[in-house]
Amino acid sequence: MYGAEVRWIGNEMLSEKLHSYIEEIAVGLPSRRSALLEAFHVVQNEYGCLPDEAVFEVADILEVAPADALAAASFYTMYSTKPQGKYVLDVCVTLSCSLMGGEHLLEYLSNKLGIGVGETTPDGLFTLRAVQCLGDCGKAPVMMVGGRYYENLTPDKVDALLDELRKNQ
Amino acid sequence: MRVLFKHIDIPDIDRLEVYRREGGYKALEKVVREMTPEQVIETVTASGLRGRGGAGFPTGRKWSFIPKDSTLRKYLCCNADESEPGTFKDRELMLRNPHQLLEGIAIACRAIGAERAFIYVRGEYTEPANKLKRALNEAVEQGMLGKRIFGSDFSVEIDIVRGAGAYICGEETALLNSLEGQRGEPRLRPPFPAVKGLYESPTVVNNVETLSNVPHIILNGAEWFASIGTAKSTGTKIFSVSGCVNNPGNYELPMGVSARELIFEHAGGVRGGGHVKAFIPGGSSTPMLTAKHLDVALDFESVAEAGSMLGSAGFMVLSENVCIVRAVLNMARFYAHESCGKCTPCREGTRWMVNMLESIEAGGGRPDHIARLVDVANNINGRSFCALGDASAQPVLSSIKHFREEYEEHIAQRRCPYPSWSFSY
Repeated sequence: MYGAEVRWIGNEMLSEKLHSYIEEIAVGLPSRRSALLEAFHVVQNEYGCLPDEAVFEVADILEVAPADALAAASFYTMYSTKPQGKYVLDVCVTLSCSLMGGEHLLEYLSNKLGIGVGETTPDGLFTLRAVQCLGDCGKAPVMMVGGRYYENLTPDKVDALLDELRKNQ
Repeated sequence: MRVLFKHIDIPDIDRLEVYRREGGYKALEKVVREMTPEQVIETVTASGLRGRGGAGFPTGRKWSFIPKDSTLRKYLCCNADESEPGTFKDRELMLRNPHQLLEGIAIACRAIGAERAFIYVRGEYTEPANKLKRALNEAVEQGMLGKRIFGSDFSVEIDIVRGAGAYICGEETALLNSLEGQRGEPRLRPPFPAVKGLYESPTVVNNVETLSNVPHIILNGAEWFASIGTAKSTGTKIFSVSGCVNNPGNYELPMGVSARELIFEHAGGVRGGGHVKAFIPGGSSTPMLTAKHLDVALDFESVAEAGSMLGSAGFMVLSENVCIVRAVLNMARFYAHESCGKCTPCREGTRWMVNMLESIEAGGGRPDHIARLVDVANNINGRSFCALGDASAQPVLSSIKHFREEYEEHIAQRRCPYPSWSFSY
């Protein structure tokens, strides 16, 4: 912890643009601290993950104790302290999706990409995750990629989607 | 009978000019120009509207708990952290008709004397959050929301805040902690949010569907709303139907519709044929019911009488081809994953239940596992800070109550007698 704090002091990993964006949100809220979750989102969006150093820097901007910010960052499943693939494939495996083949889909993706759940492809393109209910159970099975929902999925649709994502990279 | 989905087929209803053309923001105008805050609360109370997030608490009464004499700022929080397995109605309400919700929020603010509102949208709902943002900007530009609404002295500032993946944040006090940038752990109640909520100020937390009903109640009157549904469960309800049905989806129907009608007349019957083995009426936190209960009316009182809860009306259907133990294991894993870890019974108990259910499903169950599951569930139920603990016990307790023989069969045969399931491809 102390080691991390030493690194945090005086460390500037976030861009000036991010600093001012976070400051802007903080000023508009009744308490600066309320900007924490949104700040983590924008940092992760920029860097692909949320390393401790970034958490401490956000804490500094928002006047939150570093350990407190780290506790918050570790609480929420959407933040990742480790680098992730460019596309994170979040496959829902909760009951309604599971009944419609959510786990089969996960296994299919795992075989196709040659990685286990929680792993990233060697080219850094895809991270495969199993997630809990995405709130779209009427169109199961569902997967979320980059904030977009892909619904009523089948292996064919997944193949087409992966091809499209590879093309867009 | 459509109230909330009345506009669902109108193209571009998410655009302000279309929403206005269909009578949008007329209710807010009426509230601002012609009604006192007390009259708004009286109207909503008289309509019988109850919270659609799961608890069913009377909305007007909740609003009336906000102290009038307090000099503190008041806040309204819209709970859009829809995460209860089987529930997907708020997503559709925000995607399809964001202005309806924004109008409801502004009216609620007027009623409780709040000038600031937060919509806490679950982090995964990027698309609904973007829809809301666009609608909000449009409405502020046109003076429907923001400063001095309709030229009056009433102002309301609405913020759309993203969560970051935590089921527990749907619990209202955990939501408040999350809005304050904390871990989303629940708070001890009392004090209730109406007294000490967001930033220790008087706060009302209402669900998306609840608030979306408000403009219609103001425009059409309390009596009109109370004439829909049953005497104590008024209005319509959006039932999110999923699982083993041919046409899963959101169905807005009057409160009190039977489970049978919902499954067979609206959701297209059982997928893959066969009969209904069980259904979960109100999201995975509500006890499952069986084919015997198909004629139960889906309103708060009748479902409670049958031994479950209407909850969020996330209605999941399990056909005869579904292994109950595997379904319960799936839900148990959900609660073990989502337990925030604050209370020991929930943190430890949810994991123990998963371990035992895994053993039973894999063929390694022992006869005493059933009694132990019940014991663990009973020791979580009512012994944790918030409802997550209680919720985690329900699938286990209700399934053992109704389908004990399936557990015994797994244990006796030392295997799961059901094939792998996949009802789509």
